[in-house]
Amino acid sequence: MITLFGNNEPPPSLLERLKKSVGKTRSEIAARVEGIFAGDRRLDAEQLRRLENALLAADVGVRTTKEMLEVVRQAADQEPLHDTGHLRAALKRQLLGILSAVPAKSNGASADVRPRVIFVVGVNGTGKTTTIGKLAHRLHEGGSTVMLCAGDTFRAAAIEQLAVWAGRTGSELIKQKPGADPAAVVYDGLAAAPARDVDVVIVDTAGRLHTKSNLMQELEKMKRTAAKLVPGAPHDVLLVLDATTGQNGLSQAREFTATAGVTGIVLTKLDGTARGGIVIPIVRELGLPVSFVGTGETVDDLVPFDAQTFVNSLFD
Amino acid sequence: MFENLTEKFQRVFKNLRGQGKLTEEHLDAALGGIREALLDGDVNVDVADELLARIRAKALGSEVLLQLSPDQQVLKIVRDELLELLGKHAKPVFAARPPSVWLIVGLQGSGKTTTTGKLGKWLTQGHRPLVVSTDVYRPAAREQLAQVAKAVGVSCWPGAGTDKPLEIAKGAIREAKLSASDVILVDTAGRLHIDDELMAELGNLKRELQPSEILFIADAMVGQDAVHSAGDFHRRLGLTGVILTKLDGDARGGAALSIGRVTGAPVKFVGVGEKYDALEAFYPERIVSRVLGMGDMLTLIERAEQAIDQKKAAELERKLRHSEFTLADFGDQLKQVRKMGPLEQVLGMLPKVGPFANLPRDAQVDESRLKHVEAIINSMTAAEREDHDLIDGKRRKRIARGSGTSVQEVNQVLKQYMQMRKMMKQYGALAAQGRLRGLNKVRGALQQMRQGEEATEE
Ligand SMILES: Nc1nc2c(ncn2[C@@H]2O[C@H](COP(=O)(O)OP(=O)(O)OP(=O)(O)O)[C@@H](O)[C@H]2O)c(=O)[nH]1
Ligand SMILES: [Mg+2]
Repeated sequence: MITLFGNNEPPPSLLERLKKSVGKTRSEIAARVEGIFAGDRRLDAEQLRRLENALLAADVGVRTTKEMLEVVRQAADQEPLHDTGHLRAALKRQLLGILSAVPAKSNGASADVRPRVIFVVGVNGTGKTTTIGKLAHRLHEGGSTVMLCAGDTFRAAAIEQLAVWAGRTGSELIKQKPGADPAAVVYDGLAAAPARDVDVVIVDTAGRLHTKSNLMQELEKMKRTAAKLVPGAPHDVLLVLDATTGQNGLSQAREFTATAGVTGIVLTKLDGTARGGIVIPIVRELGLPVSFVGTGETVDDLVPFDAQTFVNSLFD
Repeated sequence: MFENLTEKFQRVFKNLRGQGKLTEEHLDAALGGIREALLDGDVNVDVADELLARIRAKALGSEVLLQLSPDQQVLKIVRDELLELLGKHAKPVFAARPPSVWLIVGLQGSGKTTTTGKLGKWLTQGHRPLVVSTDVYRPAAREQLAQVAKAVGVSCWPGAGTDKPLEIAKGAIREAKLSASDVILVDTAGRLHIDDELMAELGNLKRELQPSEILFIADAMVGQDAVHSAGDFHRRLGLTGVILTKLDGDARGGAALSIGRVTGAPVKFVGVGEKYDALEAFYPERIVSRVLGMGDMLTLIERAEQAIDQKKAAELERKLRHSEFTLADFGDQLKQVRKMGPLEQVLGMLPKVGPFANLPRDAQVDESRLKHVEAIINSMTAAEREDHDLIDGKRRKRIARGSGTSVQEVNQVLKQYMQMRKMMKQYGALAAQGRLRGLNKVRGALQQMRQGEEATEE
């Protein structure tokens, strides 16, 4: 039984970790929002302006920021004697509402499908291969056997990189030569999975810009190959998104969802100072859940996304 | 789809147009639109607000109020302010006494190693580069650079036997002296600007290696956080230049402005593809033109000039005028266009105005279909290519077989050719009437800007 995306609360230690990493450098947004909430002043234009800038500085984007502010403004109109606590709560509720409107998908696949096939996709350099290492570790800890499939046959030394992660996490590795057809690697992996008796197959893919149609078609082909060997595969398609990404993230999510059928997002590099606010419009528009967040470069630095923690970490 | 910066500016300025005088109210409406455009384009909010304040003050206080139309006025000020942030076009710097050391730094995943390979390839024209990776942390990072170096035909110092970045780099310098290499590209591990230990490691490399360039590699897709990461790298290292990568996507690249603001370092190159020759010089004028709605005409025209055989172009012009545009010419045209680079990229560089306004930019151009078209034309006889009327049903079947396509596809190509021929006829008529002055104007402007660029390069 593989509980990859279950709703189970992360253990407190993970919560603490996330909080610590997200709050490591006091975010602009936290500082600014607290500035706004300090004192019991009326909600004036200047306050709204600062609130707006705070959200914008977190990459939430113009449109979503505008719409969220509109709700806060309305709430303020209804309660002329609002205090800072009210405003803070209203804003948090809104963010939370957006982020938790989407249930953590178990992606239509029953939890005991075997092998469970996971594709990891995204633009160049977002942290796909590292996330695969972390995910394999996590699954391994949960008692699953894992196979990694070296579907990035394009980037120099991508196969070697994945091989290191396979070694570190005690996973099986299926690879071909550089330049090989990635779909053929998927074929090899899934054909070998039953004999090697693995529970989960994770397919690494080459980083690709979502605007390159030929490369996006290559992903489709990999998916078709997977479905031929394992009905319903891939069961999960994780889009790895770098938390430093700006408004282009929405375009990435749209295109990868359209061609690769993304089922969840992994938000990486949250250990930096970027807040990853772009996931808010993404979740809102595309209804994709954020499945995990990456908070560093070691096997332990992957935690399930928790909306409450994410939102709190912006304000606390 | 989001409107892009270019479209938004155009809409804003369209509203300003036709108004005799610029009032404060008009100005603020325009600035509001520009603010949104800048933010949608990932310019940092503080940078944008600072910029807008300056633009506002200048627009209100300027004497040119009477001489230019309102939109021209604002456009000029906006353009000048954006240019100011991006700095002057600057060439890479070499040490007075070789070997020069260039330190390649940046966040994780920004494209350092690929860019190191591209720079190595670029340097082979006139230099003897040596590359070395000091990334002892990421799995297979050193192996990656070794493979990249091999692919571009540049020497790589493996630094075997040690995993201390400084020792590895010093080994490379000794090797450079022995092998008479004159530029050493030192690739470094990606790191967070708030990672004190790793930032100190870079400081140490800088102190010991005395690099003539410290190049910050920045992903064009980066958002608001660019001011923090670039700012911290700059404070700790004193960046000498920036390379903006992954500009071949649809990111608007406003980070370039944010980074310019916090570092003052010029963008020295831009990365526009995964191939190792996809590295271009950065011209602030061009990016600003693109932002302001003129499209990246300069780059496009420059490329077209490189790709298009001048003699053939002249011949084509003659044919256009006499409506002798044949299938053979059609095939030639396709080849020329393909030489200019990926079509999507070419389309992206066209301004979204005038004749180009309605081009389907989101539509993905399928390069493989172009190949089919070429195959179909190649399967025709010379006589058929000169006179399309010859191509009857039987010949169509033969051509389809020869090109490995279907009769439908052959029909489609013939239809496209006929359409293009019709267009060309109209174009020819226009040209004959001397109505192409607009095009000549663009050419004139291009020449002027070129001269300007050359002057700043001195
Ligand atoms: N700080 C931090 N770094 C990360 C995180 N995830 C990945 N990285 C780093 O980001 C860099 C790129 O990671 P990769 O896993 O190679 O990214 P990728 O998406 O597979 O890259 P390509 O295959 O080249 O497209 C590496 O240096 C990783 O160590 C994270 O959560 N935090
Ligand atoms: Mg990878």
